[in-house]
Amino acid sequence: MSGLSSLLVPMEGEGDHSGWPPSAESFNSRPLFPELGPNFAWLNNHMAQAVIGALIVIGVWLWLARRHSVVPGKRQFFGEQAYNLVRNSVARDALGPDFRKYLPYLLALFSFILVNNLFGELFVFMFPTFSKIGYAYGLALCTFILYNAVGIKKWGFAHYMRKMTLPEGVPWPLWFLIIPLEFLSNFIVRPFTLALRLFANLFAGHLVVLVFVLGSTLLMSMSEPIGQFSVGLMKTAGAVGIVFSFAIFALELLIAFIQAYIFTVLTAQYVASSLAEDH
Amino acid sequence: MPDFGPLLPEHLSEIVVGIVLFLIIWFVLAKKVVPAFEQTYAERTAAIQGGMEKADKAKAEAEAARDEYQAQLATAREEAGRIREDAKAQGAAIIAEMRQQAQTESARLLANAQTQIAAERAQAMHELRTEVGGLATTLAGRIVGESLDDDERSRRTVDRFIDSLERTPVEKS
Repeated sequence: MSGLSSLLVPMEGEGDHSGWPPSAESFNSRPLFPELGPNFAWLNNHMAQAVIGALIVIGVWLWLARRHSVVPGKRQFFGEQAYNLVRNSVARDALGPDFRKYLPYLLALFSFILVNNLFGELFVFMFPTFSKIGYAYGLALCTFILYNAVGIKKWGFAHYMRKMTLPEGVPWPLWFLIIPLEFLSNFIVRPFTLALRLFANLFAGHLVVLVFVLGSTLLMSMSEPIGQFSVGLMKTAGAVGIVFSFAIFALELLIAFIQAYIFTVLTAQYVASSLAEDH
Repeated sequence: MPDFGPLLPEHLSEIVVGIVLFLIIWFVLAKKVVPAFEQTYAERTAAIQGGMEKADKAKAEAEAARDEYQAQLATAREEAGRIREDAKAQGAAIIAEMRQQAQTESARLLANAQTQIAAERAQAMHELRTEVGGLATTLAGRIVGESLDDDERSRRTVDRFIDSLERTPVEKS
């Protein structure tokens, strides 16, 4: 049983782990070179797929940006559609006329997250990189630094802190309430929700996929009845579950896109709120 | 410390790797990809604007040509009208002149004719006077048998006769 399911879902945990029921441990990384010992445990399969994802993003964008002409061909047209999604409906809408400065950041963010999310459903990995929370923390940290840096650069530290913690027109007795709340909201909650939203959606989604795929496989591999459940019933349920897992995959594809989009939109919004004249 | 489970990274390297990879992508996109796309868009905008400017220019040229043509047409019409007026005036002048000439000529002819007639009349009268006098004297001499060879007397007689003749219709009228 364990042989079959680990064949279908190769990212299953260490050798002796059965893989059922799926748990947080199903998300553990495998070192690429186990013989080097725990010091090189960071050199693992998920890091490799993150690197490959980055290479794909860079390669695809460079390919799409090559040899442009005023009247686009198919390749350039596709590139422009993808580019315009971030350029016009994310960057320009949120940031106004100065959007070009932040466009590379947003484009990199969107495409890096999207490709790694799609790894959960496609390609050889079958694992979304951002269900490892470290990667999500990393990107959230970048966004946190970005929107604070541009705010401090524009307003100066004191003015920026005042702007971000004290909305205009608040009467002074409420300051004791508002200032900690705003600080919490703008400097703690923002980056953590960014990271957690991305991580949790992909983690949960992948867990559901594991449940469907592994559970169905387990049911289909049953050879003896358990209690009142006959072998035929369990095998049928397993087959239905496999079919259902395709619906789950489709849902995960949608979520992969939506989460990449949301992360990018919120980053643009945070930058815009740091630059806004009145908060 | 509570167990954060999957909320803590399995390896801290995940954060570092994520950031480094992202920064590399950011760098490449900022240096290569976004400028390429933006340049294409700028060129496209310029091309469209250039095309529109060209069209505007062509339109302005067409309008200028049309205005010029219309101006020329108006000038030509005006000139044609002027020429027609001139011709009309000239025609009238010529006709008037011709009429004048004809009148003068006719007046001259008339005067000539009258003069000639008067002269011829006078001459005829003179001739008549001599001849009629002679004839009448001869005739009268023949009838009367009186020799009227005396010229002096006979001329007086004739003259007296003619005078009386001349006087008579005047008196009658």
